[in-house]
Amino acid sequence: MNELLRYVPVFAEGLWGTVRIAMVCLCASLPLGLIVGMGRYSRKWHWAGPARIYVEVFRNTPVLVLIMWFFFAFPTIAPFDVDAYTAATLALTLNSSAFFAEVFRAGIQSIGRGQWDAAKALGMSYRWQMQRVILPQAIKRMIPAITNRWIELFKLTSLASVIAYPDLIHTAKLIASAYFNPVQTFTIAALIYFAMIYPMVRMLYFIEAKLKRGD
Amino acid sequence: MEDAINIVKLHKSFGPLEVLKGIDLNVQRGETVVILGASGSGKSTLLRCINFLEIPTAGRIYLKGKLIGTPINGDPNASLLQYRDKELQAVRTAVGMVFQHFNLFPHMTALQNVMEGQVTVLGRKKAEAAERGRNLLAKVGLAEKADEYPARLSGGQQQRVAIARALAMDPDVMLFDEVTSALDPELVGEVLRVMRSLRDDGMTMVIVTHELGFAYHVADRVIFLNQGEIYEAGPPAEVLGRPQREKTIQFLNGHNQFRLP
Repeated sequence: MNELLRYVPVFAEGLWGTVRIAMVCLCASLPLGLIVGMGRYSRKWHWAGPARIYVEVFRNTPVLVLIMWFFFAFPTIAPFDVDAYTAATLALTLNSSAFFAEVFRAGIQSIGRGQWDAAKALGMSYRWQMQRVILPQAIKRMIPAITNRWIELFKLTSLASVIAYPDLIHTAKLIASAYFNPVQTFTIAALIYFAMIYPMVRMLYFIEAKLKRGD
Repeated sequence: MEDAINIVKLHKSFGPLEVLKGIDLNVQRGETVVILGASGSGKSTLLRCINFLEIPTAGRIYLKGKLIGTPINGDPNASLLQYRDKELQAVRTAVGMVFQHFNLFPHMTALQNVMEGQVTVLGRKKAEAAERGRNLLAKVGLAEKADEYPARLSGGQQQRVAIARALAMDPDVMLFDEVTSALDPELVGEVLRVMRSLRDDGMTMVIVTHELGFAYHVADRVIFLNQGEIYEAGPPAEVLGRPQREKTIQFLNGHNQFRLP
């Protein structure tokens, strides 16, 4: 046990790597997903078409493949350096923004025509209709799905370790191979993931129950 | 003085289905016109064309004498018009509409519902919009419900908030689309009373309803629509009291079958 305490700072560093990339990807993919989702919803094909392609490409490619592509293939065509952090962030952001786009689209579509009619009948422009009437209601309904995707994203960050991004699981790998104690190390890593994710799941249940009461 | 609304040869089709087949209708300022008709006769579509929630397939609509839309290629006789978003938004602001299912914004209180259009569309200051909102809520008898959310209001109360919301835009015309059809019978009266008081204030109104008693007592004119055409029209005492044509008589008989003795 004592021996394991020595690793605490190392684990902490790995955990920070995981949390950091998860947060950055969440903050980037939410607005990106909203834009693509509104494009998906649009009746104009020059919005809807590209948005559709975006969603299909990034939703239907395994995240691991995206990560590898951005780390090994992308640097050969990109005019700038791509380190593990950049590659993993790009891959995870594109993937989860495609899922968020679908969440946003479904949320917007769930709002009945009557709300559009009422907003339109007041003389609101499309932007006002969306911003003042549709989105505030839609986003409330999307919160459970968004939380769900956020949990998924958090778990997927572990894949970044394959390109040596220093996250929790990569750190665990280093410790395990340095001290020959895979059982303890990976068990601890798994427990840390669980301890991070379980409260989020509880929060999701809480939000769902609260929204149910609200309706 | 020009009319509030002139509708000339209005056609509306949804794909192969022709819902309106050349409607001609003039509504004077301050007039209350009630539109009756069986379901599918096109009455809601007619109403929704007046504020361009539906874009007419052909024909012209003039509001206060002004043609809405621009003839294509500048040819004044062109049958097709093009409509710019900005123009339609202005029309919708000047033409208030109340819906069968109220369509209040559920995430806003009654007062916020009434303020919303004033602030976003008319650019009024919040304080001014709130004051006007409270006055209108008082007018429809809901002063004390200003801070309630729609979910906590009865259907009749929600519909009166919806009327106040439309009135807040200071419209020239108000459209009512079966506004009491979704209400429990005991709540219908409170909404109809508000509408009658609007008529007494001189509001121009076009009303689609199944409340024949209301049409009889409040309307200046009754229009009976049948299969997308105006079938019979005139003062309520005539159309409702002494209908001349077959379909009108059938329709009214259908409504009168289960009268109290």
